[in-house]
Amino acid sequence: MPTLFDKIFAAHIVRDLGDGWALLHIDRHLLHDLSGPPALESLAKRGLAIADPELVWATVDHAVSSAPGRTGMTFPAGGRLWRALKTLSQQAGIPFFDVGADGQGIVHVMGPELGLVLPGCTVICSDSHTCTNGALGALAFGVGQTESAHALATSTLRVLKPKQMRITLEGRMAPGVTSKDLILHLIGKLGVAAGVGQTIEFSGPAVAAMSIEARLTLCNLSVELGARCGIIAPDDKTFDYLRGRRFAPQGEAFERARAAWRDLHSDADALFDREYSCDITAVPPTVTWGVTPAHALAIDACVPDPAAASDVGERAAITAALEYMGLEAGQPIAGAPVDWVFIGSCANSRITDLRAAAAVVRGRHVAPGVTAWVVPGSMAVKREAEAEGLDRVFTGAGFHWREPGCSMCVAANGERVPPGARSVSTSNRNFIGRQGPRARTHLASPAMAAAAAVTGEIFDVRRL
Amino acid sequence: MLPFTTLTGIAAPLMLANVDTDVIIRIERLTTEDASQLGHYAFEALRYEPDGAQRSDFILNRPPFRGAPILLAGPNFGCGSSREGAVFALAALGIRCVIADGFGDIFSSNCFQNGLLPIRLSHAQVENLAGHAALGKPVTVDLQRQCISVAGETHPFTIDPRRRESLLAGLDDLGLTLREMDSVRAWQARDRLQRPWIWPQAQP
Repeated sequence: MPTLFDKIFAAHIVRDLGDGWALLHIDRHLLHDLSGPPALESLAKRGLAIADPELVWATVDHAVSSAPGRTGMTFPAGGRLWRALKTLSQQAGIPFFDVGADGQGIVHVMGPELGLVLPGCTVICSDSHTCTNGALGALAFGVGQTESAHALATSTLRVLKPKQMRITLEGRMAPGVTSKDLILHLIGKLGVAAGVGQTIEFSGPAVAAMSIEARLTLCNLSVELGARCGIIAPDDKTFDYLRGRRFAPQGEAFERARAAWRDLHSDADALFDREYSCDITAVPPTVTWGVTPAHALAIDACVPDPAAASDVGERAAITAALEYMGLEAGQPIAGAPVDWVFIGSCANSRITDLRAAAAVVRGRHVAPGVTAWVVPGSMAVKREAEAEGLDRVFTGAGFHWREPGCSMCVAANGERVPPGARSVSTSNRNFIGRQGPRARTHLASPAMAAAAAVTGEIFDVRRL
Repeated sequence: MLPFTTLTGIAAPLMLANVDTDVIIRIERLTTEDASQLGHYAFEALRYEPDGAQRSDFILNRPPFRGAPILLAGPNFGCGSSREGAVFALAALGIRCVIADGFGDIFSSNCFQNGLLPIRLSHAQVENLAGHAALGKPVTVDLQRQCISVAGETHPFTIDPRRRESLLAGLDDLGLTLREMDSVRAWQARDRLQRPWIWPQAQP
């Protein structure tokens, strides 16, 4: 009867507070440089200690430079935050994955990679893309910094149990199509508010067939559907992925954990508040044209014409988005000239993403007038890519190969797409100003971003 | 936390759909500015020209809406990032209440943590309020009675009872939970036996 989410939620209730509220135990609390310091400082101000420092880990990603040879101080405004997080973490006995150290990376890349995130555990971070971690069968959700401080002081949160939705993906992905294309397609179909107040479980044969990295991308964009939490039942792929990771249980302990994790799935008769199912076999490479992830289009489609919009509000929104993006109503999205390409972010900066991009780039060169960056998601991804020679594939083709961090996805680190420039980005948000004031962002998969870099335009990677 | 009981004032209609927290406050401002200074940067991309001049077509730049304590917004207001700075920025502008057809989940939680009241009404109701507000008619929000009144009309709303109680009294969650620490420790003692793998041993 219970869903996967029900099982994990119930197992973490310290006290039922009534009316749907529970005091929920938090097993894993990750901190980053932007929201970590204010949460730690607010605790210090109240004279409170951290309840369980062994359940907290910190890294630096948002406001740190990704420039080769960078230090924590290369971006000075972020340097203040880097220093604060480092000092406060050390004082509190929280492991801190510093610039240049093993384990440093984008928080939602390093968490799974280090085996910090485990099936059936609760995970929070003061970051909306914490939902990424649900791909390993964890109950993972983003919080604000006040809630983060609450969890630091008590290892719990007061949580109103959300409604639940299941998205079942049937069929198989066509060649040239990735989980990024699928989730953009879904957001385009369902809208950015479809998951508000809900958690989303992704299931079905297409999900089972995905690599863990592809599942992490799928869950990463759950929040762009409005859901605080995305989750996938763990399976043998999950267990194989976790075995031997630095903070995962080892040996006998791993086998004991794995036996318990086998029960982490929605029962056959589990009830969801909403079910959505679709066959993804015909989904093509998908990109965004506008200023919300719901402005998603098949690569061979045309941007909308406001004149065809059904209501006044929508017409105004499309008109404003076209103006911001510098696009004409009804023009084909393919062929729009590109100035910048960014391959990175917690959506798509893992080793499989870099391999997919490198496969497109190999034997080609970045088009004239295009600036193209690759920012690996973590030190581990960077080293693995370098060991495979991917860095040389990229740099040989004219890409910049940089240090791990959020970089140009979030533009909180001095790294921005210039005003008016058109960017194809593997990140998860094309909001107004997200990549810098007046930057024009098109979200895409790593292979599609690589295709844009080498052709200088938004281009169907299947035609290369 | 500042309690919220009743509030009367001008309401500014900003009826765009899906206003995200990046638009409410650019993240770069959170690296450089103190929370209390964020008001100047709220809605930056909508509020200012590239040269920094105020855009006269932006509602919060126009009297009588400048400084309005109530914001009427389009559906899914505050979607996107978890940055609590979005709430700090609205608070620094003097906004104590946002009324919309839906909010981003984390934004909504952050509002409740900071004494800012997010009220969900249907799109038609928000549009109706926006019609009155555009004429500069004052709006009263009464959390005790859970109703909004303007121009002789009354619109009921509901807030989760726990959230409402906390806002009315200005309670913060942390103070309440600290009283539960014995239960937390008891739960953890059991969990260490049931799920030992969750509890890290010495640093590898």
